[in-house]
Amino acid sequence: MIRLARRPAPSRVMLWGSPLVAVALTFALGAAAFAAMGQPPLGALHALFVSPLSDLNGVAELLLKASPLCLIALGLAVGFRSNVWNIGAEGQMYIGAVFATGLAIHFQERWGVWMLPAMIVAGIAGGLAWAAIVAALRAHLHASEILVSLMLTYVAALIVKYLVFGPWQDPAANNFPFTVSFEDNALFTLLANYLGALEGTRLNTSVLLTLAAIPLAWVFMKYSFAGFQLRVAGDAPAAARYAGHSEKRAIWIALLIGGAAAGLAGVTEVAGPIGQLNDRWTPGYGFTAIIVAALGRLHPAGIAVASLLMALLYIGGETAQVALQLPRAIAYVFQGLLLMLLLACEVLVNFRLQWTASIRSSQAA
Amino acid sequence: MDRFDPLIASGIAAAIPLVYAALGELIAERAGVLNLGVEGMMLVGALAAFATVAVGGGVTIALGAAMLAGIAAAAAFAVLTLTLQANQVAAGLALTILGTGVSAFLGRGYVGFRAPASFEDLPIPWLSALPVIGPLFSLNALGYAAIAMLALTAWFLFHTRTGLALRAVGESPAVAHALGLRVTRIRYAATLFGGAMAGVAGCYYAVAQFKMWQEGLTAGNGWIALALVVFAAWRPWRTALGALLFGGVTGFGLYLQAAGVQVSPFVLGSLPYLATIAALVAVSASPQLLRRHAPAALGKPFFEGD
Amino acid sequence: MPTTSPTLLRLDGIVKRYPTVTALDGVRLDVAEGEIHAVLGENGAGKSTLMKAIYGVVQPDGGTIEWRGAPVRISDPVAARELGIAMVFQHFALFESLTVAENIALALPGSFGLADLAGRIVEVSRRYGLPVNPWRSVHELSVGERQRAEIVRCLLQSPRLLIMDEPTSVLTPQAVEQLFETLRALAREGTAILYVSHKLDEIRRLCDRATILRGGRNAGEVDPRAESEAHLAERMIGRSFPKTQKRAHARGAPALRVSELSLPPDGPFGVALHSIRLEVHRGEVLGIAGISGNGQAELLAAVSGERRVSPTEVCLSETPVGHLDAGERRRLGLAYVPEERLGRGAVPGMSLAENALLTASRKGMVRAGLVDWPAAEAYAARCIREFDVRVGGPHESGTGGASATAARSLSGGNLQKFIVGRELVQQPGVMVLAQPTWGVDVAASALIRQRILDLAAAGVAILVVSEDLGEILEVCDRVAVMAGGRLSPVREVSDTDAAEIGAWMAGGFLQ
Repeated sequence: MIRLARRPAPSRVMLWGSPLVAVALTFALGAAAFAAMGQPPLGALHALFVSPLSDLNGVAELLLKASPLCLIALGLAVGFRSNVWNIGAEGQMYIGAVFATGLAIHFQERWGVWMLPAMIVAGIAGGLAWAAIVAALRAHLHASEILVSLMLTYVAALIVKYLVFGPWQDPAANNFPFTVSFEDNALFTLLANYLGALEGTRLNTSVLLTLAAIPLAWVFMKYSFAGFQLRVAGDAPAAARYAGHSEKRAIWIALLIGGAAAGLAGVTEVAGPIGQLNDRWTPGYGFTAIIVAALGRLHPAGIAVASLLMALLYIGGETAQVALQLPRAIAYVFQGLLLMLLLACEVLVNFRLQWTASIRSSQAA
Repeated sequence: MDRFDPLIASGIAAAIPLVYAALGELIAERAGVLNLGVEGMMLVGALAAFATVAVGGGVTIALGAAMLAGIAAAAAFAVLTLTLQANQVAAGLALTILGTGVSAFLGRGYVGFRAPASFEDLPIPWLSALPVIGPLFSLNALGYAAIAMLALTAWFLFHTRTGLALRAVGESPAVAHALGLRVTRIRYAATLFGGAMAGVAGCYYAVAQFKMWQEGLTAGNGWIALALVVFAAWRPWRTALGALLFGGVTGFGLYLQAAGVQVSPFVLGSLPYLATIAALVAVSASPQLLRRHAPAALGKPFFEGD
Repeated sequence: MPTTSPTLLRLDGIVKRYPTVTALDGVRLDVAEGEIHAVLGENGAGKSTLMKAIYGVVQPDGGTIEWRGAPVRISDPVAARELGIAMVFQHFALFESLTVAENIALALPGSFGLADLAGRIVEVSRRYGLPVNPWRSVHELSVGERQRAEIVRCLLQSPRLLIMDEPTSVLTPQAVEQLFETLRALAREGTAILYVSHKLDEIRRLCDRATILRGGRNAGEVDPRAESEAHLAERMIGRSFPKTQKRAHARGAPALRVSELSLPPDGPFGVALHSIRLEVHRGEVLGIAGISGNGQAELLAAVSGERRVSPTEVCLSETPVGHLDAGERRRLGLAYVPEERLGRGAVPGMSLAENALLTASRKGMVRAGLVDWPAAEAYAARCIREFDVRVGGPHESGTGGASATAARSLSGGNLQKFIVGRELVQQPGVMVLAQPTWGVDVAASALIRQRILDLAAAGVAILVVSEDLGEILEVCDRVAVMAGGRLSPVREVSDTDAAEIGAWMAGGFLQ
């Protein structure tokens, strides 16, 4: 019989090895599932996850999808390290997009080059505002941040629907739920404008924001005293109180950073590849980012890699629709499976497997 | 009086699945297991039920299939958290993501069809004609069973040795283990029961209330059920009260629409979520109350091998 | 008498290994029917692990157990109870939110009827002089009542062997006498008792035989009544008992003052404080004795700043600080060693360097909001060096040196030395320590107590809150007792004795 035995100290090998094992197992299970459905397993995996990356455009699309995932996950990781479970990043992203869209469609001509910076600030403010509701209710009224942040996501989705079906609807849209398209000054510039080699891709300058956020998050987590205090609050709340760290402050910081990152991600989408606000512009980045954060071990470098992988699953899902006539939901199946397997593999960080047969035999009968 | 009957009836209809899901979660949480995967378990249960009637099965078989699907989903969660010591919050989220994805993926062929068989209302003569409380006596089989389930759960928790052991495990697994209670076994059973009840709730949506399948059919009600458990301070009868309040909010919206009042459907749609937040805040603002009733070991892993 | 009675329980070659330590290494133990048998050893000697192995909570990795001459395997506590083994746990195995009757029902086989059971509880508690109300919730009970509830639970099983794990650490000296009477009565009726303790005087008064454990191995079997305390101590720790050196010193100005501190309970299981007044002067050690759960935790929270109170209720050198948080009070020269080491005094999963940063951050470790990790490592290294902190085995020494070791992997004594060191190196003006040597081995205890005395000699005001009366009498200049959320008058240690303090622990000063 196999049983678990606690390791004296967490295994460093398994800390980073378990995500790799989980990814490998996910693809193996995926291959088995394709085989069961009568598809050649390796061929299907190749069609989904390799061929989309065979050209520059494919790689650009991957980065474009990974960017918001990475941004949100960096923000969430800060909160998760302090045991604050903001699972409503999706809603915070919606509100960020709504705030930015409000500027883009109401002040279009007047603000010139200041339009996009103003939208970025507004988007961050939107994410902050939505997260602040959660923080206030959690820090001061002790309501579960998990449930409140999720409930607010449903509300945020309805706000977006209300706007795009109502006051913000493009009059020329024949009752389709979207706003007018943003003017150029309300959009991130295509990188192709600066770098000829990227001609034809949709990559834009918002990717640079994400690239800047990665080292920033790393410094915050590794070197800032605030980041240390958040970790203490998560690992041992009693120790945080003993040291005199404010619990409320930790909750506020954790949620606000997540909200700001999600709000910013909302701007990069509506002012990026989408170019307008509609009622189904996100494939659930806010939820997928939770998996990205976990898969990346709440470490900025890990999160960057994990965001690429999860973006690949999205692209695979889209390809599956076209190439294999499979529904897009297959991406979510893979995502859920991956997170489950990751959690299962994580047991090896703190435990090792032990065969108990030898022990029983040496014991009194 | 008659004008309010539809309001009450739709309120009760919305409350029944919440009662099932919340009771299941309540039992799991009383044993110390916080399973945030209720929404995911409900969705796979709903799909299993709908698929059963779609291929010609009866509603009873559909109910069984839904419970089995819920149990299977809960079993995955239980293995992760109880055997492999995974974080319960993360595992619950994973279960919801996976359940949402799997049900959407496997259910793609059923979208747009009406359920060929469903649970129908079984009005009790005379009683169902009473004003105000009449709707309570024209429920379908799952509705009546929900009332029985409430009584059964309350009796089990507070009047049986196993119920006592379950509460003990939720308060201190270490002490329970030292006394020889099978902590992991009890937690497994409680978690699987939660899965079965979530499956029933899903079945209710698919083949009793909406009589159809679509992606995300349960619309966040699994999360509302989780909030209900907190609102009820982990006491069975209070979940029924809470569920009726939530159902009432939903019913009120429908009532306004029926009465011709101009209210944005988006405002109406957000009412249950806002009501959930309000209810959570209302009970959480008094930490004394929650600390007194919350299972002390809720969400904390216990490893028997130490 | 023990030599003529048949053997009830015989353990041989019992081994229990944990990832970092071998807790039991070939232990032998014989218990005869009707004898009171002591298991003696210092903290970490393996006493509790051995008892848990007998009660089936822990499965040994090797060795044999014989019960009345036949080999048995005790797979879990249910099996142990079926054999006739019952156990009273050191920290009580009771569920706070359940009633006494419900708690007892969980351990008894047979039909489930609480009313019937309550009758039997009352009957047994009358017979043995152990009054306990079956319908009360455990969280309403005093510590003594809880222990009685546990003993009644055991007696209802009509055990042949009753294990008592450190039962007197929570009792007043007077209550200890009562307990001994009960145990002697049980032994006369034929119940064997395994009495686990590190208190030599108790064992000499109560027990017929003693098995001594040291470092997980047998270190002899003796008749404790025929041995001197010093001799028993030497066999227990393997060398002569270290003695602390107390130096005479002058009492200075008051440095910590608590005035008229009253607090409502902070939770359903909390204790209210009633107008507490105390003053600690520079250069003195003030002790607060008393049984845990009488308001010590609440007083400590209010003094340390974990719980804020009104400004003047707590003063540091005339500065009102009641409204400040723990960090702000630390800046004013307060240091605090809490009772709970893992999870409060230190973050288990974090390295010693990170744990140094936890309370000593203002000692040059943070600049412009950023952490200077080399400074934190140097600070941790200094604590490790100056306080003789032994950090794990060779497999622990990673790239970051000793300061990279996780707090979790240290033994209780070494972690406590580190925490005390971390607070002392900050050169506080006022030092508060809760249970400074609870669960700590003798050598580490001696070091910590000596450092407390040295610190007082250097002019620091020290407040020690401890359940261990011996410790209080050893290190303190003045002593007060907490009972029921109130503080007794303060006495010079030289003007009082264990009997008076014991009476006060039971609330005697309130009349």
